[in-house]
Amino acid sequence: MHVMYFTEQPMSAYPSDIGLETGHTALLFSNKHFDPVAGSELYNRYLEHYIYAEEQGVEGFMLNEHHNAPFCMQAKCNVFASILAAVTKKAKIVLLGNPLPLAENPVRLAEELAMIDMISKGRLVSGFVRGGGQEQLATGVNPAFNRERFEEAHDLVVAAWSRQGPFRWEGAHYQHRVVNPWAVPLQKPYPRVWIPGVLSRETIIWAAKQRYPYIALNTSIEATKKIWEVYDATAEEVGYTAGPENHGYLQQVHVSDTEEKAEKNARQFLWMQGEFTGLAHPVWANPSGYFSPSLRRNFVEFAVGRAENPRGRPTFEQQVADGRIFFGTPKTVIPKLRRVLEETRPGIYALWGNDGTVSDADARTCIRLMGQEVMPAMREIGKELGLNSPFEVDAPVHLKYSTDLKRMPQAAE
Amino acid sequence: MAGWSDHEVDLGGLKVRVGRGGAGRPVLVLHHDIGTLDKLPFYEALSARFDVIVPVHPGFGEKSERAQWLRHPRDIAALYQWLLADLGVERASLVGLGFGGWIAAEMAALAPRDFHRLVLVGAMGIKPPQGEIKDQAIVSYIDYAKAGFHDPAAFARNYGDVSTEQLVDWDLCREMSFRIAWKPYMYNLSLPHLLGGVKAPSLVVWGDDDQIVPKSAGEVYAKALPGARFETVAACGHCAEMEKPDELARLVTGFIDVN
Repeated sequence: MHVMYFTEQPMSAYPSDIGLETGHTALLFSNKHFDPVAGSELYNRYLEHYIYAEEQGVEGFMLNEHHNAPFCMQAKCNVFASILAAVTKKAKIVLLGNPLPLAENPVRLAEELAMIDMISKGRLVSGFVRGGGQEQLATGVNPAFNRERFEEAHDLVVAAWSRQGPFRWEGAHYQHRVVNPWAVPLQKPYPRVWIPGVLSRETIIWAAKQRYPYIALNTSIEATKKIWEVYDATAEEVGYTAGPENHGYLQQVHVSDTEEKAEKNARQFLWMQGEFTGLAHPVWANPSGYFSPSLRRNFVEFAVGRAENPRGRPTFEQQVADGRIFFGTPKTVIPKLRRVLEETRPGIYALWGNDGTVSDADARTCIRLMGQEVMPAMREIGKELGLNSPFEVDAPVHLKYSTDLKRMPQAAE
Repeated sequence: MAGWSDHEVDLGGLKVRVGRGGAGRPVLVLHHDIGTLDKLPFYEALSARFDVIVPVHPGFGEKSERAQWLRHPRDIAALYQWLLADLGVERASLVGLGFGGWIAAEMAALAPRDFHRLVLVGAMGIKPPQGEIKDQAIVSYIDYAKAGFHDPAAFARNYGDVSTEQLVDWDLCREMSFRIAWKPYMYNLSLPHLLGGVKAPSLVVWGDDDQIVPKSAGEVYAKALPGARFETVAACGHCAEMEKPDELARLVTGFIDVN
């Protein structure tokens, strides 16, 4: 099992009372509330946390990015990935991920990622996302072509990585007369691609068709099992049987040296007033054309205040009950995580450890206890349950590199 | 509406819904970016004198099929030339409302000799020298539609309690607007330079309280179109055909109904 550490890297110094008063904390929530002095301190603190985490035995870092919002300071995950490529030695650098539709030049993105892969000596996992709804507006990208751009940018990045140049790309959304980047990945055929997601059935099916692991982002245990049903059925359709190496899970887990402190800090997960929880603005979070057409009725009603967010907005207690938030000492958390592993059987697991205004000292305690106690225990449980990661079973990077595809009835000749 | 009928017209496999009523000179009315209600008193008023043709833009609501390949309002302008050709309509007048005004202006620019009269009402399509075209991406469907009216009562008179079906329709319209006019948003930088050849006499009409398209864009239209007349409708927003239907119908009728 591959276990990694994640934090949203919150801009915790922003005035959250003003955010509550304003009623939304993204896109149009003014950046006059961003304090670069505090920002500089926080960026450096978070960097030190990753270095510390590796020293404590953490074997992977999951990084992400968001725009125009205080809940995540990473405006470009490749920036932190580049630094970590140089200052850490062994941990996997897992980007979940670069929002492909936001890329106006996917070849440039392919170059950046290839550089990160080479500098890190092959430690890059290059996940890709569609980007949240408001990210499209924050970057001026057409939300109605989000999925088309996602798929085409993916194809172009993979081509830039794995096809010998020079070649030409004439697509619907991207046209490049010459593709011939002089930075190509160290890992062959190309770095592993994992696809995180929350809700969109289309993305689950797309990931399964590529044979890319799908990472369920903080979904409830029941919702996660439903995601695997869709993924696994698609896998069978395209000729392979999905296993733990195809299934990833991100959960909010805060570990501390006392139960009381753990609960107090776990409540900070609700601080994140971003687009997936809390103060999502219904119009910006779901621009027309961005969401699945099958959910159109739900989203239009939500957008005018007639219905709840189809993504839900559960309380702390509900999230604890649903298995979306865990907290405690290693002694109490490990048995809880064992049950999750037994029920959902992922081969990739991200512990979302710290959020909100958790203090530097408490964040380090959490990281230390994860690295020294929780993660080793999870890896042992993983071995016992046969929850192998893609690295452990040397899973094919993409469906087309599979050597075990079942003969499909319709695939005659 | 008496004598009003709905047809589905097939344009090379694309099915476009077309409402038609009345008799007389042909008048092609092009609706807003928020689609159109089926029956508007404005259409009825025009149909008392004219053969009124109201297509539903492809993909703008559930009635007209979406064309995945559409990328620019000019594509719709070309489709409507095709529609008029298939219907055997010659020397139509164009009445473009808001976003439909952009399509009408593109049609006139592409075929400067074809039309009897050109009427643009709060037309999009030109970058306003002062102010900006309102960005619907950051307001809710209802708030955007309401911003089209000077008097909230006029919005309520037209849309009543907004149904979920209407919201779905607005969402489809919005998605289509994004697909074809996202960047630059709701204007074409080359359009003002192409209007000088338009031979049809033009009337540019603006509500004096248009919160969607600044009046400065209308002034550019009036300057670019040879000999254009500019009229303002008092106490009126962007959707003049719904807020002041009688007044707009009188203006349009008087302008078109001459040789």
